[in-house]
Amino acid sequence: MRYLRSFLTLIGLFLLTTGYGQDDVNKADMADTMRSNGRIYVVVAVVVLILIGLILYLVRLDRKISKMEREKP
Amino acid sequence: MHKSWWKILCVVLLIYTFIAGFLMDVPRLPALSETIRNLYFHVCMWFCMMILFTGSVIYAIRYLRSNKLRDDIYSRQFAVVGIVFGVLGYATGAIWMSYTWADPNNSSFQSFNAVAREPKLIGAAIALLIYFAYMILRDSIPDMDKRARISAVYNIFAYALLFPTIWIIPRLLPSLHPGGENGNPALDFKDIDNRMRMVFYPAVIGWTLLGVWITSLKIRLNLLKEKRLLQ
Repeated sequence: MRYLRSFLTLIGLFLLTTGYGQDDVNKADMADTMRSNGRIYVVVAVVVLILIGLILYLVRLDRKISKMEREKP
Repeated sequence: MHKSWWKILCVVLLIYTFIAGFLMDVPRLPALSETIRNLYFHVCMWFCMMILFTGSVIYAIRYLRSNKLRDDIYSRQFAVVGIVFGVLGYATGAIWMSYTWADPNNSSFQSFNAVAREPKLIGAAIALLIYFAYMILRDSIPDMDKRARISAVYNIFAYALLFPTIWIIPRLLPSLHPGGENGNPALDFKDIDNRMRMVFYPAVIGWTLLGVWITSLKIRLNLLKEKRLLQ
């Protein structure tokens, strides 16, 4: 039941995204403004922080499992 | 944490992927524009899935040769994490597609008509459904040895079906997805831009190592759980 609900939420999210982002396709509009004023670094900082947080969580799990392996002969 | 050098390599490569993936120059292409950076994330999910499913089938064959339940646990956990990466690849593809393939002159409902006919999408969906069925089949058999044997055999069939569904049929049919007639676009040395290759290959290795890391944790946890059954 729990999985079903999160699955339905995911499907709903995809349906939401399908309507957007239909810009002019003829020219490549890159995010040059974002690069020139340096705001892109804010995005990179946020994304890398999330990645590091997830990896620290994995490391903690790894340590815990190692401890359990040592405890049980 | 044992054998940690490749875990450190994984972390370093992933952080490099996220930083260089956002900051390095990419080719300026119409329609794709900045979304071309999804190559470092979306495509890597499929590479990782393929490698994890390969690990799964190797352990399935090992189980059939050795009859050790340990190999069955390895095989199952590789398949589970492979499915997770496959679903992530499918989901990220759905988002990317809706921004680049959808026809700007039509409503998204009408372009969905064209997008839903994509042989790559259908093939990938079939491949994932086959692996969902693997999980359902496994968990519906209460007897442990029977479950391990039947699911190992099914795993080999599922892996064999991956090749027509995600490698061969999409190559034979016209498609919006890159990589139609002349092989895999990400692996083709002439097709992928040099600047992107600098990030893409480390990204593939980093994501794959992350998948293997998560799998190894799940395997170790399950080995602890089944300890008394294995001895």
